[in-house]
Amino acid sequence: MKKIEAIIQPHKLDDVKEALKGIGIDGMTISEVRGHGRQKGHKEVYRGMEYQVDLLPKIKLEMVVSDERSTEVIQTVVASARTGKIGDGKVFVYEVAEAIRIRNDDRGVGAL
Amino acid sequence: MSLMPYRVVWAAFLAPALALAQSIPPGTETRIANLEAAVKSAQSAGDNAWMLVSAALVLMMTGPGLALFYGGLVRRKNVLSTMMHSFVLMAVVSVIWAIAGYSLAFGEGSPVLGGLHYLFLNNVGAAPNPDYAATIPQQTYMIYQLMFAIITPALISGAFAERMKFSAMLLFTVLWLFIVYLPLAHMVWGKGGLLNAFSGGTIPCFDFAGGTVVHISSGVSALVCALYLGKRQGYRSEQMKPHSLVLSVIGACLLWVGWFGFNAGSALAASALATSAFVATHFATAAAALGWLLLEWIHNGKPSVLGGISGAVAGLVAITPASGFVKPFPAMLIGFIAGIVCYFMVTAVKSKFKYDDTLDAFGVHGAGGTVGAILTGVFATMAVNDNLKTAAGQTLPLGWVDGHAGQVLNQLAGVAISWGFAIVGTLIILKICDVLVGVRVSAEQELEGLDVSMHGEEGYNLDA
Repeated sequence: MKKIEAIIQPHKLDDVKEALKGIGIDGMTISEVRGHGRQKGHKEVYRGMEYQVDLLPKIKLEMVVSDERSTEVIQTVVASARTGKIGDGKVFVYEVAEAIRIRNDDRGVGAL
Repeated sequence: MSLMPYRVVWAAFLAPALALAQSIPPGTETRIANLEAAVKSAQSAGDNAWMLVSAALVLMMTGPGLALFYGGLVRRKNVLSTMMHSFVLMAVVSVIWAIAGYSLAFGEGSPVLGGLHYLFLNNVGAAPNPDYAATIPQQTYMIYQLMFAIITPALISGAFAERMKFSAMLLFTVLWLFIVYLPLAHMVWGKGGLLNAFSGGTIPCFDFAGGTVVHISSGVSALVCALYLGKRQGYRSEQMKPHSLVLSVIGACLLWVGWFGFNAGSALAASALATSAFVATHFATAAAALGWLLLEWIHNGKPSVLGGISGAVAGLVAITPASGFVKPFPAMLIGFIAGIVCYFMVTAVKSKFKYDDTLDAFGVHGAGGTVGAILTGVFATMAVNDNLKTAAGQTLPLGWVDGHAGQVLNQLAGVAISWGFAIVGTLIILKICDVLVGVRVSAEQELEGLDVSMHGEEGYNLDA
């Protein structure tokens, strides 16, 4: 099993969700996060007080899939989240040791 | 058809009428007296209706107006404590006003403080007080003036927001009312007041709706508070962005609307002078908002919403003393100048001297009030307000535009007295508060936020 963690632009969330649904993936966890990589932030001015805002709002998407499906899912996420501009985000892939369904104690891929 | 026959008919009626007038039958005088009473009562009804609405409008400036305007500008952890500064004064000042405040401001006394004639609202009833407003019940006048006494200390809270103890804030306000506000209100508006141009004041100042009494007094006191309390932790090193400019926009717009009660209501009647003050107020505010936006656009590259609403408030402040004395275009000029001066105060001047006037109570009210008070001496004209008369009843010129340049000096004297009163009074009061309860919250309480540390609540429980 692989855990796929994607940090994407907030406005691309719906596109990514639709694309994943299209290949039959509908389980995921998302959270609102803030961060930046190479993307520079912006300046805000309040009555002459200047603030450099460099931590920008992003969406973090996490899902765990079987090894066989991982390549296809990664490609789908990358393709649907891409705008081609700096700030599009990153995808990280991890090995997962075990998955357990809390309701009935299913283990492994069957629990996904 | 010729008009002749009508004239003949008129003459036929007029002759007996004239004969009748020479021998008024008993009962006619009573009827005339009744008629006079009815006319008076009709005028009083109109004036009283407007003044009650104005009183409500001025209260609306404090809550929700100022509470939202200030509340939106602070960090999320201090939103409630900041709104509470405005709200609690609606209660505290009201009680003090009924006990002694109204009497000390508007009772007949010395040139600097009123007497005790109206203590506990004694002798304040349905009968008008012709010294102030001859057509409305004195109770209406009393409650209208109370609303000014509420908003004035609430304005100061902008300077000490996010770091003053609640207990100290209450004590401060009560003392400040007695030591600064009530004497100033008496001097400028009270019968026989030192600065009251319309009641034989030694230094005749024009302050239609409170440029000195409300805005200079609160703005300058605010600066003293900011300097005395010191900066907030992390000032200029941490981000202290307004947590919700949406609230501030709503608040500023409520202030704009409420201000019609403040300025036009200060005519104390539903008169043409009230209309003139209403018009001057509106145009000054519009020009001030544009002045600030324009300057910011040139200076920063972007016109901000906060800039627009700050400019509007600066314009409202500056036109306050002038509103019942100036024509629409001079009003616009006053507003525009105030927008520009206040922009420099809250940006360049504040960052040069590095004081932490949290919400710019001094930069907007102190500076805008001073600009307005001085320019009132320039633009006040008897063409708008003919209430200043000689003993013989001849109308007197008002400001520089009427050829009375000396009025600018009178205004400067009034400004200087207000500044001096506010500085000395506030310093003494802060010292007393510091000794008795301590003025500033602890470092931990400040970090935690005043909503939790002072009031045990949070403004936003979105997961509740």
